[in-house]
Amino acid sequence: MKSKIRILIAKPGLDGHDRGAKYIARALRDAGYEIIYTGIRQSPEAIAKAAIQEDVDFVGLSLLSGAHNELFPEIVRLLREGGGADIIVFGGGVIPENDIPGLKEKGVEAVFTPGAPIQDVIDFIEANRTRMEGKS
Amino acid sequence: MEHSKIPLKFKEWENTTLKRVLDKSAERKAQFTTGSWQAVPRVALPIPLTDDDYLEKLGFPGEFPYTRGVQPTMYRGRFWTMRQYAGFGTAEESNRRYKYLLKQGQTGLSVAFDLPTQIGYDSDDSHSIGEVGKVGVAIDTLKDMEILFDGIPLDKVSTSMTINAPAAILLAFYIAVAEKQGVSKRQLRGTIQNDILKEYIARGTYIFPPKASLRLITNIFEYCANEVPNWNTISISGYHIREAGSTAVQEAAFTLADGIEYVKAALEAGLDIDRFAGRLSFFFNAHNDLFEEVAKFRAARRIWAKIMRERFNAKYPKSMMLRFHTQTGGSTLTAQQPDNNIVRVTIQTLAAVLGGTQSLHTNSRDEALGLPTEEAVRIALRTQQITAYESGVTNTVDPLGGSYFVETLTDQMEEQIWKYLDKIEELGGMVEAIRKGYVQKEIQDAAFKYQREIEDKERIVVGVNQFTIDEEGPKDILKVNPALREIQSKKIAQVKQERNNREVEKVLQALKEAAQDPEQNLMPLIVEAAKTYASLGEITNVLREVFGEYQETVIL
Repeated sequence: MKSKIRILIAKPGLDGHDRGAKYIARALRDAGYEIIYTGIRQSPEAIAKAAIQEDVDFVGLSLLSGAHNELFPEIVRLLREGGGADIIVFGGGVIPENDIPGLKEKGVEAVFTPGAPIQDVIDFIEANRTRMEGKS
Repeated sequence: MEHSKIPLKFKEWENTTLKRVLDKSAERKAQFTTGSWQAVPRVALPIPLTDDDYLEKLGFPGEFPYTRGVQPTMYRGRFWTMRQYAGFGTAEESNRRYKYLLKQGQTGLSVAFDLPTQIGYDSDDSHSIGEVGKVGVAIDTLKDMEILFDGIPLDKVSTSMTINAPAAILLAFYIAVAEKQGVSKRQLRGTIQNDILKEYIARGTYIFPPKASLRLITNIFEYCANEVPNWNTISISGYHIREAGSTAVQEAAFTLADGIEYVKAALEAGLDIDRFAGRLSFFFNAHNDLFEEVAKFRAARRIWAKIMRERFNAKYPKSMMLRFHTQTGGSTLTAQQPDNNIVRVTIQTLAAVLGGTQSLHTNSRDEALGLPTEEAVRIALRTQQITAYESGVTNTVDPLGGSYFVETLTDQMEEQIWKYLDKIEELGGMVEAIRKGYVQKEIQDAAFKYQREIEDKERIVVGVNQFTIDEEGPKDILKVNPALREIQSKKIAQVKQERNNREVEKVLQALKEAAQDPEQNLMPLIVEAAKTYASLGEITNVLREVFGEYQETVIL
């Protein structure tokens, strides 16, 4: 069993709005998780590769430019293809409510929109950690 | 000056009148602060000012140190420029939105480009997947720019373009469109943002490393001083620093420090201070804490004037004036109960106007959800018009000047801004401070503290952590056509077929050679390249080859 949950916080696409991503990264680190943060402007390939190499349990994606419908599912696909099918993907940012069902269908398990408290994210991770612990 | 009786009388008041009330009921909080933690006194007292003090610190509007405003008549002369930042999808769609805004009484254009354009990628580049036309209009070649300004006379409007790393290229496109309209570049009025340092700090659309970027910026200063004399060559921006979570003091301090760095670079390149300084402009945020914002604008004006006169020996008054655009605070908008945002924007508008802004963008109520609808944009513009025509705050210059509280806050913030400026000098200037991650860390710490306060309900955001309701998500969010990348890619292919490719190659080769020689000004060649319909991506790639690309200092 793993001692500490590892989470990759990543910024796909071209937008530089990293305030939310950095807040989540820092707040989750304070909550006791091991956090890796990619920095901005990462390609889906780079994010999937980092997640698999770093053997993370979760990938949190942050995007505010509106490219989520293209980029989030692509990262899920690359993870599955590259041997990271058990990594749980969640996302956040300026994401219209109408887009959320489509993203969930494509494997993004939770989407946190503006104003969501950090506790919601922690609750989501905790609810899913047993799944991760079961795997190894 | 006669010894003031006020402090003694005030102590007396505290011990009697005040004490009787406090003994019965405490105040709401143990300590009161502004939105970004400036100490706020219970009651501000008059600041003892001799006549000389007044003349030195405040003076008269239109005169050094410009604390009370850069023009003698301010809005009694004319209102600020009402300038809504807009652009999305294709050049055709954005052109329609601009015409709509002009018809609604807007007085200047402000172009939003999509992220690929801002980072120098053509729409058909793989980096552009998912991003084409999303946060602004997609511009790949001069062709798109011609469509964007179709039917808009460039000698009549002033245009602001939010473009940084490839600012030289978009300015070149603009000049080329103007010439096609028969308008000389000497007549053009407008602004390019062209502020790379805050891209490294907060906004993220950098391409080249600092040295090459600063060269491009000084090339533009020099070229415009000779060829496009009415163009604001840079808009030194605190807006995005604030959006990233900085305090009001940090916003002003880091922006002024960026300004210092640009002036230093231009002087090192041999430019004369008074030939370019008058075309430097600034861009600030306006958040909800009304008095703090007003004090910020006033303090920033006073400090810049001193820096320009005392440190850089500027002689022309225009070189010392801090002229600025304001945008209301995007990060203050809530996705919850979005109509409440109209009220927030109204307060922020008032802050900008009482602070003496030269132009203003008001955010639309639905911007926490997506791109604004036409109706939302109209309300935002009406907010400015109501403030201008109905509120009466425009009828006197610097209405808050002399307010005990605002003057106290102005002095207090000025002192703290100077401290940051000294610290950045100590670190070796802004480029070094950014490379070390100092600036980013300062902002992040403030952003983290702010968000924590919201989580802990020490800071109330109406509709978010208090006064919440169950509500359905909005339905009418503006959607950008997902097939845009294909549409733009086809347009590029067509342009490449129709243009003279040998000519394009020749000018790009010349540009490459010029880029390798640090003494050469690249602007004339970029303008030439634009006219051959070389694409944004092609021009940028030539420069990428020579200059390399910037790597972010990741700070957490």
